[in-house]
Amino acid sequence: MNVILAAIGGTIVLAILAIVFGLILSGIDRRIVARMQARIGPPLLQPFTDVRKLFAKQNIIPANAIPWLFNAMPIVALASAIAILMYLPFGSFAPILGELGDVILVLYLLIIPSLALVIGGFASGSPYATVGAQREMVSMIAYELPLAAAVIAIAWRLMAAGVADPFSMLTLMQTSAWDVVGPLGIVALLLLLVMLAWVTPGELSKIPFDSPEAETELAGGILVEYSGRNLGLFTLSQAVKTVAMAAFGIILLLPWNLSPFLGLTGVAAGVVDLIFFVLKVIFVAVVSVTVVRTMMARFRITQVMGLYWLVLGGLGAVAIILMMADAYLLGVI
Amino acid sequence: MAKKAPYIVPVGPIHPALKEPVHIELTVVGEEVISADFTPGQTHRGIEWMGLSRNPVQIVHLTDRICGICGVTHSLAFARAVEQIADITVPERADYVRTIIAEFERIQSHLLWAGVAAHELGFDTLFYLAWRVREEAMDAIELITGNRVNYDIIQIGGVRRDITEDQHEQILRCLNNYKDLFGKLKTLFLEDAVISSRCKGTGLLSFEKAMAYSTVGPTARASGCTADLRVDYPYAAYGDLDLKPVLPTAYGSEVNGDTYDRIVVRIFEIAQSIEIIEQCLANMPAGPTLWEEKVAKILAACKKAEGEAVGRHEAPRGECLHYVAMDKSDSPIAWKVKASSYSNLHVWPLILKGAQLADIPVIVASVDPCLSCTDRVAVTDADASRTKIFTKEELTRLSYEKTRRMRQ
Repeated sequence: MNVILAAIGGTIVLAILAIVFGLILSGIDRRIVARMQARIGPPLLQPFTDVRKLFAKQNIIPANAIPWLFNAMPIVALASAIAILMYLPFGSFAPILGELGDVILVLYLLIIPSLALVIGGFASGSPYATVGAQREMVSMIAYELPLAAAVIAIAWRLMAAGVADPFSMLTLMQTSAWDVVGPLGIVALLLLLVMLAWVTPGELSKIPFDSPEAETELAGGILVEYSGRNLGLFTLSQAVKTVAMAAFGIILLLPWNLSPFLGLTGVAAGVVDLIFFVLKVIFVAVVSVTVVRTMMARFRITQVMGLYWLVLGGLGAVAIILMMADAYLLGVI
Repeated sequence: MAKKAPYIVPVGPIHPALKEPVHIELTVVGEEVISADFTPGQTHRGIEWMGLSRNPVQIVHLTDRICGICGVTHSLAFARAVEQIADITVPERADYVRTIIAEFERIQSHLLWAGVAAHELGFDTLFYLAWRVREEAMDAIELITGNRVNYDIIQIGGVRRDITEDQHEQILRCLNNYKDLFGKLKTLFLEDAVISSRCKGTGLLSFEKAMAYSTVGPTARASGCTADLRVDYPYAAYGDLDLKPVLPTAYGSEVNGDTYDRIVVRIFEIAQSIEIIEQCLANMPAGPTLWEEKVAKILAACKKAEGEAVGRHEAPRGECLHYVAMDKSDSPIAWKVKASSYSNLHVWPLILKGAQLADIPVIVASVDPCLSCTDRVAVTDADASRTKIFTKEELTRLSYEKTRRMRQ
């Protein structure tokens, strides 16, 4: 009973922390984009004001919509985004549900917020949302390939190196792939780093991969009919997903902690690692989302497919081959 | 597998990609547009109707309000029509001032367009950059005319304000800044990989179609038509300048008539306008800037005038026509505006067909539509709260009748 209560308590605390941090991250993103465009930009806490306003606004359900599905999807999106966090270790803190799922589960969970957007878009009955939902489905299929290739390459290499349970998130956090590979493996990991940096904006539907929500052609796409509380929930789920996606990339490829270098233990180590982890999340989000969205124009959906499948999918295949060659040269297989 | 059914995506009259109301109906299969239709005329202001109860000097102010960007275009075209009817000779210096302000208008209009096009492509950084750069042209226009929009500088028989020697320095500084920036602007718009890949080969308008649809301005020149009023029928100070129409060959080696070519033409026209203004400033003749200082005398000349004329001007978007007919009364008996957008909007269904849905905003923007220029009067009976819709045949009949009335 106590375990269940602890899990529920942990989930609530994590959800609140993730939402607050996600919104601050979105504020940082908007602020930096504005500075890069020589604007001043909104206050750092503007996303909180936005969400508060959305929750106070009328929640309109279009006449063509399927009401229960239309209303359920924002909740599903937020719940699944928070669920991802329960499987991710933060700094040296072990995940709340770490023993119940591994990296493959996280891959599946990452799909659910996008899927909720797709279903919500179709359920709203708007032509813009329908086109947006079609595009979201296509881009989901597109970015899954490089993401899966990255996960498989790393997990396979760890398995080849004799690490037990290579798909567990905790293992990935504790055993850095960079430590077990040789020179070819380092090249492969650098390729994976580039790939993940390109998958992140796709996963989060940010420019140049924001075709499902393209403001200028689809008037907001999937979200066009959403308003009030529902739109607020989607905004929150997007903020949480940004944290989850950046954290996921860090656990896969930048999993170092600061405490071993500083020789810290106990609570101090936990706090320092957590702060370091948060800084890494901000860094990853700024590099792969903020900077990219400032310096690029939106891709066509066919270009998104071409980039993810041909270019990044090809890079993923090269990375896997390099990993195998690396393991072969080091004599571990 | 069953054949996919066409799906209708309506764009407008109110849509984030449209800055002015127009209704475009796209029939799409998947992402491909198989047909497009558009309905302009979503707003009505009745400017022509208002003009018919005012005198020509008052109408010049009114023409400034036809479009928010083409401040000089309409007033210059209208003034030229009235000047022809009333046989008013514009002083040479006024012609130079008119040319300078018209070219400044081209610079700011093209920069505004460049920002909008970048925004339609989802490239907001470039949008902010283009609009920030545009501010300098706006400042120069404010320096010359006193206004940022609705310049009100054109008067029948000349211009209201002269460009003094002190202003030359500031204007030249602004132009030099633009010259420095031009390379950057060219690199950002024409060498960006995503912009090239999005714009090359989309919204194709062949030379033959551009001619058949009577397109004007950069839209026509991007398809290889060499029509440019400033070159073909020089007016104001253009006759003294050595001008060539800007074609896509200015940057690439061939003419494709796609969205990219329309960007090329507009970007290079900015450079051309800078040169024109510099030449005009260097060669400005001395003398008055108005045919007659006293408005009463201008009005008296207009009141004596009888006849009809067409005033033309090469606006940033293409040729703009003002037809004016006068019969020795206070106000014209006929005034008809044909803005350049009129000629260009009709190619939309043609160039949108076969495009991907994602490219619609930039293709629509690539003809630089100005919908406020195309406004017309709607006939509404307020008492019966009924709006009369004319068929094409009825409109033709009315037009014939009106022409007959005017000739009597």
